[in-house]
Amino acid sequence: MRISPTKFISLLFLVLSVFYLYTAYNIQVFAFDENAPFNARTFPIYLGWAGIILSSLKIILPEKVTTEVNHKHLDYKSIIYLIIISLIYAAVILKIGYFISTSLFLFASYYFLGERRWGLMFILSFPFVAAFMYLLHGLLNIYLRDPFLKYIGVMR
Amino acid sequence: MIEGILIGLSTALSLTNILMVMVGCFAGTIIGMLPGLGPMTAIALMIPITYGFDPSTGLILMAGVYYGAVFGGSTSSILLNAPGIPGTVATAFDGYPMAQQGKAGKALAIAAYSSFAGGTISAIFLLVAAPSLSKVSLAFRSPDYFALMILGLTAISAFSSKGQFLKAMMMVVLGLMLATVGQDSLSDITRFTFNNMNLTDGISFVLIVMATFAMSEALTIIFRGKDPNRAAKQISLTELGSIKVNKEETIKMAKTIPRSSILGFLIGVLPGAGATIASFLAYGMERNYVNEEEKQKFGKGSVHGLSAPETANNAACSGSFVPLLTLGIPGSGTTAVMLGALLGFGIQPGPRLYQTNPEIFWSVIMSMYIGMVVLLILNLPLIPYIARILAVPRNYLIPLILFFSVTGIYLMSFNNFDIFLMIGIAVVATFLRLYDFPMPPLILAFVLGGLMEETLRRSLLISDGSPNFLWDRPITLIILLITITIVGWQIFSTFRKKI
Repeated sequence: MRISPTKFISLLFLVLSVFYLYTAYNIQVFAFDENAPFNARTFPIYLGWAGIILSSLKIILPEKVTTEVNHKHLDYKSIIYLIIISLIYAAVILKIGYFISTSLFLFASYYFLGERRWGLMFILSFPFVAAFMYLLHGLLNIYLRDPFLKYIGVMR
Repeated sequence: MIEGILIGLSTALSLTNILMVMVGCFAGTIIGMLPGLGPMTAIALMIPITYGFDPSTGLILMAGVYYGAVFGGSTSSILLNAPGIPGTVATAFDGYPMAQQGKAGKALAIAAYSSFAGGTISAIFLLVAAPSLSKVSLAFRSPDYFALMILGLTAISAFSSKGQFLKAMMMVVLGLMLATVGQDSLSDITRFTFNNMNLTDGISFVLIVMATFAMSEALTIIFRGKDPNRAAKQISLTELGSIKVNKEETIKMAKTIPRSSILGFLIGVLPGAGATIASFLAYGMERNYVNEEEKQKFGKGSVHGLSAPETANNAACSGSFVPLLTLGIPGSGTTAVMLGALLGFGIQPGPRLYQTNPEIFWSVIMSMYIGMVVLLILNLPLIPYIARILAVPRNYLIPLILFFSVTGIYLMSFNNFDIFLMIGIAVVATFLRLYDFPMPPLILAFVLGGLMEETLRRSLLISDGSPNFLWDRPITLIILLITITIVGWQIFSTFRKKI
């Protein structure tokens, strides 16, 4: 039996709703609140049931409009590269600082999306981020934490 | 009211705020022009910039971006037949054929004049309607607000889901579930945090918007990069033709604009409806109004056919501010983003905004006029130059969107857990979008979640846990009956198709 992607997503949503409802029933409330008309559990319990009912209906009822996606037209390679670069960026931003990590992230993203004009790639990464940081930190006075630039004395 | 207008004018006409309207309109036009990026993404990308501003200035910038993005969406509709936002799909019906006939400049001018007129007329309606509605809405109690939020969420699901109501309702529930993460506002009990300290304060609104719109929009563009139907069309952006509109065309526009403005404004006020429905209805209505000869021109470059949706979508933008400013309940995804930004500034929109922060209330309304003028006198002559942005390769565009998204979150918390969470939500949202699970209902539900729980809490406590509060007050009952009608209609249309 072939299950459509929409129904599969609905099934995942059903599992999520059951888990959510289970967690909602296990929320610890104060003893005096246990039998109150409304406590910290009430709204999540309603939501859990709503999620179960809606996802079940979506699974049971036949699809009126089917969404067809041609997987041959999807660029999995580029998106996986971008997600990996973004995850590395998130992992190192606190360690090596905003300026270097962001500039390298931009440079790497341009490269993995197929760009090879090195000069333009450089301008739209390092000087661009520097200008952006100046705009935020220098002109708009929005604090931008960068321990590395602080360490070398560029930023106060 | 005169006093309010003067307060609004003095705030909106300060040098900083005029500059913000100009920057907002300009940036909005550029972002809105890029196919796939709409006002919600444009506003979301502006949020980090507004951190250092006072609330009026921040909101004025966002309002400018909103109008600019709608105008920019029309430009890509006319020049590329690739609407930047759903609200400008109907613009392409006659705008693109006009551009193919070598009259792109004229089509852009008609779109700009119609947008200006539609936006200006509906801003007058807003000026009149908002204060009166604010007074009326003071009579609303918790059960009415709760019912109204249910109506808003149901309506946005019905209207934004392209016939897939259940999918949209699932997104509503997901948005509400995400809103319950973190400390309960009354008892301070933590919920759904799984002992992770980073989730104690809940998930930030900016994070959700950046993940589900800006970042997932960028990932979707890359993901569908090989799709031949979505590949960017190559056209000449150097020869747009004259932007002059002749007398006959002006007369045609003058007939279309008033009726489309009224329709657009009224549709915009309805929760969940907004620019897309307004533009399609105005297009359909105009076709019924014109004579047989003009009717034949529809779809082949009709002035009426271009002017009607353009007028209506801008009028609907102003209309959508009515529920936001008067009830504190956004009627559309875009105004939901603005509500989130307002809450970030520590301001609670609603009937009392009119009294507690009149400068915000009135300056937003006044800045709409200024925004319209800016769009007309600044953007229209610059269109041949701005249009070149359409040629920016996605290799540069996508990383820059990701960069703005991550920066927005980093600026907020200086914490990489939030960035990881944003990437995770963006990946899930990208797959959900691929299978037509709409994101605006999720955003609206996330923004309304806290308020909805609060009003339900009050209602249940007043009625001692009984569900009687749902039908005790006539206003609550009427609102719920409208909601039931919408749900009933959706169920009926589902089964009618099968029979």
